[in-house]
Amino acid sequence: MLTKRIIPCLDVKDGRTVKGINFVDLRDAGDPVELAWQYSVQGADELVFLDISATDEKRKTMAELVKSVARQINIPFTIGGGINEIADADILLNSGADKISINSAAVRNPQLIDDLAAGFGKQFVVVAVDTKAINGKNYVHLNGGRIPTGIETKSWVLEAQERGAGEILLTSMDHDGTKGGFDCKQLQKINRMLSIPVIASGGAGSREDFAEVFNETDVDAALAASVFHYGQILIPDLKQYLKEQGVLVRQVNEE
Amino acid sequence: MIAIIDYGLGNIRAFANIYKKLDVPFKVAHTTQDLQDVSKIILPGVGAFDYAMGQLEASGMRPKLEELVLEKKVPVVGICVGMQMLARTSDEGQLPGLGWLDAQVKKFDEHSIQYATHLPHMGWNDVVPVKENKILTELEKDAKFYFLHSYYFHCNVADDIIAVTDYGVKFSCAVNKENIYGVQFHPEKSHQYGIQLLKNFADL
Repeated sequence: MLTKRIIPCLDVKDGRTVKGINFVDLRDAGDPVELAWQYSVQGADELVFLDISATDEKRKTMAELVKSVARQINIPFTIGGGINEIADADILLNSGADKISINSAAVRNPQLIDDLAAGFGKQFVVVAVDTKAINGKNYVHLNGGRIPTGIETKSWVLEAQERGAGEILLTSMDHDGTKGGFDCKQLQKINRMLSIPVIASGGAGSREDFAEVFNETDVDAALAASVFHYGQILIPDLKQYLKEQGVLVRQVNEE
Repeated sequence: MIAIIDYGLGNIRAFANIYKKLDVPFKVAHTTQDLQDVSKIILPGVGAFDYAMGQLEASGMRPKLEELVLEKKVPVVGICVGMQMLARTSDEGQLPGLGWLDAQVKKFDEHSIQYATHLPHMGWNDVVPVKENKILTELEKDAKFYFLHSYYFHCNVADDIIAVTDYGVKFSCAVNKENIYGVQFHPEKSHQYGIQLLKNFADL
C-alpha cells in the first residue's frame, strides 16, 4: 500500500543550511549535502531545499548544490526559492533535482505553472502556497506571510491544479512556527477539493502532530523543518510512532 | 560495460551516480556508435509515452538496440516509462511501443483507488515478489520503492510477472522474460533497495 511521506525541509543561504542542527555525528552542521545524506539514511521519504539567499550568484550556487546532493543521495528532492522563469527550472532539473517548487512567482505570473508543466511535465512542478486567515477566510500570502494578495486560497489551489501543478505544498502561516500542530481543518478542506497530492506544512511540534494530520486528513505527506533540524524529532522514532498509530509508513533499517 | 540510454528523457545522472559509487563500469549512450561493446542496457524514461517513443526513434538508436536485445540477447531493463515502452501499446498514446513484451499499458481506473489522491501514483509503495528472480535478490520482504506514474503495465503473459504492487488494482511493477526486464518504480530514487536492485542487474 502507498505510504505517507515525511519530508524534512532545509533552508539554504549561499550554499549553507541556515537553521541550527545538533545531530551528533555531523561533521559540518552547515553542509546541506551532509545533512541531506543523514536524513536519507534515517528514512526521510523526500527532501525539500528552500533557497533563501538573494545574491546574483544564486542560480549558480544552487545548481552546484543540486549536483552535489544528487551525487550523494538517492531519494527524490525538490528545490524551491527564486525560480522565476523556465531557465531557472531548466538548470535545476538538469543538475539532478527531481522537482521544483514555485511560490510567489506563480502568484505574480500564473502562466509560469502552465509553461513549466508543458516544458517538463506536471510531476516536476510543486506549487507552494502560504495561507493565512483574515476574518475567518483563508488568503494566499507572499513573502513568508507578510504580503496579503487578496486571493482566496481555495480558488488559487484549484487554479494551480488546473494549470498543471503536480502537487500542492500548503503552509499555514497561522500555524507555522507555533509547534502547536498542523492546520488539519483547512488541510482536509483543501485536500478534498483537489485530485493532486497535498503536502501539509506549518505547525509540526511533536510526533502526535504528525499522527493527527495523517489520521484526521487524507494528505499524502507532511513537511517540517526545525523539529527535525534540532533533533527534537528523529525520523526513525517518528515512523515507528506513526506505525503504532495505524499510519502506513516506510521504515528504513539503518545499516 | 553497462550502457545508460540517453535519448533526452530520464534522470541519467542518477543512474550514473549510483554505478560510479558501486564501481561498476558504465557509459552514457547518445548514439548508435556508443552501443559498441555493451553487455547491459538501461532504458530510463519519464514523461508522456508518445514523446518518449518519438525521442527514442529520433535518437537513431532503436535498430541497434533491437539487434542487441532481440538477437544478441543482451540484458536490458526499462525503468518507468522505459518499462512501458517495452509493451505493444499504451492507453496514453497513439504510437506503438517497442513490443518486446506481450503487454499493454493501461490507465488506472480512478474509481478503484481508495485514496483521497488518485493520480499520479506518487510515493513509496510495496514491491511484492510473486516468484524468485535474480534482479530481486537481497531485498527484504517489505521492500518499498518510489513510484511516480499514472499508467500501469499489464502483462498478457502471467509468467512474465515477477512482482506486483497494489494501487487500486494489483499491477505488474516488475517483469522479466529471458533477457528483458522492466520495473515501473524508480530504483535510482529508492534509497538502499534501489541501489541493490541496480547492483543485481549489473551482476546478472
